[in-house]
This record gives sequence, C-alpha cells and structure tokens, in this order.
Amino acid sequence: MSYPGIAGAVERLQQALAFTRRRLTGDFTVDAFGFDEELTEQVLLPLLRPLYSTWFRTEVRGIENIPDSGAALVVANHSGTIPVDSLMTQLAIHDEHPAHRHLRTLAATLVFQLPVISDLARRSGSTLACTDDVATLLSRGELVGVWPEGFKGVGKPFSERYKLQRFGRGGFVAAALRAGVPIIPCSIVGAEEIYPLVANADFLARLLRLPYVPITPTFPWLGPLGLVPLPSKWMIEFGEPIATDGYGDGAADDPMVIFDLTDHVRDVVQGTLNTLRDTRGHPFL
Amino acid sequence: MVVGVARYLGARLARLLSEDPTVGRVIGVDVVPPTEDIGAAEFAEADITTSAVNRVIARYGPDTVVHMNILATRSDAGGRAPQKEINVIGTMQLLAACQRSDTVSKLIVKSSTAVYGAHPAAPALFAEDMVQGALTRRGYEKDAGEVEAYVRGFSRRRPDVAVTILRLANVIGPTIRTALSEYFALPIVPVVLGRDPRFQLVHEDDCLDVLRLATVEDHPGIFNVAGDGFMVVSQAVRRAGRIPMPVPSLGAPFVGGLLRRTGIADLDSVQVRFLTYGRGVDTTRMSHELGFTPRYGTVDAFDAFAQARAQGGLLDRERVTAVEGMLQSLISRNGTR
Repeated sequence: MSYPGIAGAVERLQQALAFTRRRLTGDFTVDAFGFDEELTEQVLLPLLRPLYSTWFRTEVRGIENIPDSGAALVVANHSGTIPVDSLMTQLAIHDEHPAHRHLRTLAATLVFQLPVISDLARRSGSTLACTDDVATLLSRGELVGVWPEGFKGVGKPFSERYKLQRFGRGGFVAAALRAGVPIIPCSIVGAEEIYPLVANADFLARLLRLPYVPITPTFPWLGPLGLVPLPSKWMIEFGEPIATDGYGDGAADDPMVIFDLTDHVRDVVQGTLNTLRDTRGHPFL
Repeated sequence: MVVGVARYLGARLARLLSEDPTVGRVIGVDVVPPTEDIGAAEFAEADITTSAVNRVIARYGPDTVVHMNILATRSDAGGRAPQKEINVIGTMQLLAACQRSDTVSKLIVKSSTAVYGAHPAAPALFAEDMVQGALTRRGYEKDAGEVEAYVRGFSRRRPDVAVTILRLANVIGPTIRTALSEYFALPIVPVVLGRDPRFQLVHEDDCLDVLRLATVEDHPGIFNVAGDGFMVVSQAVRRAGRIPMPVPSLGAPFVGGLLRRTGIADLDSVQVRFLTYGRGVDTTRMSHELGFTPRYGTVDAFDAFAQARAQGGLLDRERVTAVEGMLQSLISRNGTR
C-alpha cells in the first residue's frame, strides 16, 4: 500500500540525501571558471526564485531570441544600486528558455576581491570581465552576459533612472566581433526602483575604496531591513540578435566599427527600455 | 644530466631516464647524495650555488641538462633566504656553466605555474604568454619569475641551445611530499573564510612523463602542464575526508604565526594567496604542440593522493556513503510500507 503524496515526499527526501552525500564527499565538478552547475541549479537559483516570481513578478519577452545552443553575447542595461539585475537575468534565461541555458555573467574586479561574494559569483558561473575570459567562454560556445555600463550604471542616482550611461570602451563589441558571435540586446525594467539611490556617501566611499556607498530611502536608516529591495514590477526583454560576422577580418581592431556597433546596441536597448516603461505603467503595481 | 637529484622527483626522473634505451648515460647532480634509488644513473656531487657545477658540466660534457632544482617551499631549503639563494643564484650558476659548455644542446627547466601569481583580478585561465599580467609577485613566485627571466636571457645568448620551460601545476600523488599535500593531510584543514579557490593538479607520474618527453624529444618553448579539470579547496578537503576550519585569513600574522608555532602548517604568503584566490592555466599548447596527454585528471590525481595518504578522516567518503545508504534504505522501507 502506498500513497502518491508520500511517495513523492520520499523521492524528494532521497534526492536531498543523495545531494547531501555528494556535497559531503566532494563528488561534484567545477569548470575552469569555478562554475558549479549542480549547486547553482539545486541551491542558488531556487533561493532567488521567490524574489523573481513573487516579489518582482518578472515578465520575460523575446526569450526566443536566445539561441538554443552556441555562443552569444547578451548585452543589458545595469541598474539598481546592488546588481540584482544580473542574477534575475540569469534566472530568467534558465527558467524561461526551453534549453534551460546558463548565462555566464561577467563581473567587476571588486566582486572577486570580496570574500563570500567572490566565491558565490564563481560558483554561479560568473567570471572576471576581461577580454581573455570572454574569449575563452565564447570559444566554448557559452552564453555570456555583460553589463557594459558597469558601476556607472548600477550606482547612478534615482533621478537618472533608465538613462543609459556610457557603454564602456566597447570591449564587449570587440569580443563579439573576434568570436563572430551575435549580440543579443537585453532591456531590464524594474531594477531601477529596488533601491532608489538618492545620495552617495562620497567620503565613506573613498575611505572604503568602493565605487559608491548608497543612501536610499531605507538604507542605512532601517539597518539591515533597508537591504530588502522594494517590490517593483520587472520586465526583461531580449531583442533580436545583432549579427557580428559579416564585418571581415580586422574589424575587431577598427575603432570606427566598434563605436558604430556599440552605439547601435545602446540605441536598441534604450529604445526598448522606453517602450517597456510605457507598457509597465506604475512601477510598483 | 639531471640537476636536483637528491629530491624525490629528480631521483625518479634520473632512474626513469637511465632505464630508457635511447638515453646513453645519466648523471645526477646535487649537493647531497640521493636517498631514493636512481637506478643506473651516476651521482656527481656539486653545489649548484657555486661554480662547482661548472666543473661537473665540463667533466661530464652532457648534451642535455634538466634543471629541477627550483624549490617551492622554504622548509625544503631551510628558510626563505637559502631558498632564494638556491633558486636564483643556483640557476644563474647553472646557466653560466651551460653557456660556457660546447656540448650542451638542450636545456629543460621545471618551472611552475606560480609565475602567474594568484590575484583577484587574474583571468580565469592563464596562457603561456600572459606572465606580464602577474605583477604582484613575492617569495617563490618571484623566484620562479626571475629564474625564467634568466633562462630567457640564456636562450638569447645561446640560440643554438633548445630550451624547454615546463610550467607545472601543483604536483600531487601517493608518494610526493609538497606543501599542498601536507596541507590536505592535516586532520582539520584551515581554509580561508569565504573563499573557495579553484586549482589544477598534476599527478607525480604525469610530471615525470612530461619531463621525460621533453628530455627525449625536442620541444623548445614554454608549456603549461596540468591535469584535466578543476577542483575547489572545499571539494578537495571533503574528498580527503577532512574537516574544514574556516579562519579569517591564513596570512594574518596572528593566524599564520599560530599555525606555524603549533607545527600545524607552515604556509608562506605565496601559498596563502594561492589558497585565497586560486589559479587556472590554459593547457591547449600542452596537448597540441607538446603532444602530451596526462593520464590523471586533477580529481584523479587528488584521489590517488587521498587514497594513499588521507584515509580514515572523520568525514571519510566511505563512512558518509555508508550512512547515506543506511538512511536511504530506512526511507524506502518506510515509504513502501
């Protein structure tokens, strides 16, 4: 005699046990970048899922623009004081895409200087945003995510929300050209409102050698409670892939081609951002 | 001629080469006689930090010199000062002797991936031409970098000599004793809090094979050598059945001093940085140009070590697996009742 409910619970318990055993005996693999697929799928992504679906009510558009296999470079706008948007994009692609691909995100040096954070970043598939790492990832056919605005984007004041900052030096375009992989523009609406940055504690930032120290309506006034993001409504849209293969040899070293492509990608992301904001309406409803 | 024959890998390489029918005669050089069996190889006593090595090379007239006398840990040399003396001055003396010699036509240097350093801003995979990126080098990393700089200078002055530099990842295996193997053999392993660096390993047999390959065949150039795949420190600690003990920073004067004074571990700043940031190297050139395929991957090499040296820890793999099996059978019995 058996009950379907109990059988399901037993199966889950058995899986959890096997998982614990594998972790305790070191029976798992990490790749050259420190990516631990099992840990990401079993622990890290499930932890983010409530935030993604219940708190932010994330809506994803244009997921079909992400290829089922092969390398591509996802280029997105960066915002939100704390880079939660990269985590949500990774989860969006993993959950919504039929092939459940992992987005390999590129992170700043600061991330790899911090204990715990650096470890979590590598485990979840991030690596340092440098040309060598991007080239290696793309040559292995990975889906790579880049936020070229960097700290200029995440740390901008609330009054400048949804205004794209400079797209770096166009290094991401050069990398895509060199690898001959398509660029997928990605626009994220919602991240700007999670921690509205009203001021920057400039003095403290210089003292701690951080790019900025945020002051938001809730932080640092409410202490740790101020770290809870505001429940804004999120929309993530992936645009049509922009091909980089018909440019011929040496295009990656031609600054004019790089600037043109960078501006094109930036315009596409900004255009979609504006449309998405109109569609979304109220930021918190 | 194998320089550095008194140590484990040097002795084994000398024996391996002396058994090779294509190699005529093997001379092992070191300051003390080897404790390991060097087979049919002859031993020549010389201190490589002095010009004695020049006399040995002049006397025996070798055509190939394998330089294996670069020490990774200060305890091997009896302190940091003698370690630097042996590594840097020893290499200079040896290269001076090779430059003078008319017989030497090939030089093989056993270097290390430590030349790349370990840094948070380092790329995930270092290729052979990316040494310039590693600027913050101290201790052994600096020695390894300087040794290679002297070797490059030598190959400029003697372009007729084929020079092979093998940059090996950390060597591990059932027998060899290195700082890393002793670290993972500790019953409780101190790890850096909030850090779980990834690294690569080479099995000691693969290390000897690649040195033999470079000695017997001609492969001038620089090659990274590492087993397939990666490991992280926590994984290695678990596979050895050890218990990790997170400490704020292994390099902090207090923690480091405590570990050293209690005789638990003697970790210098180079090892601490390695255990904080980890390192990865690109081995494409090894497989394509050198034509070398390691028999052991990183995890296999570690398991070979753990099998021989790290049995019976509290979290031993077999013990954990047995507990899991017990719990599994308990659940399934209850579930199907």
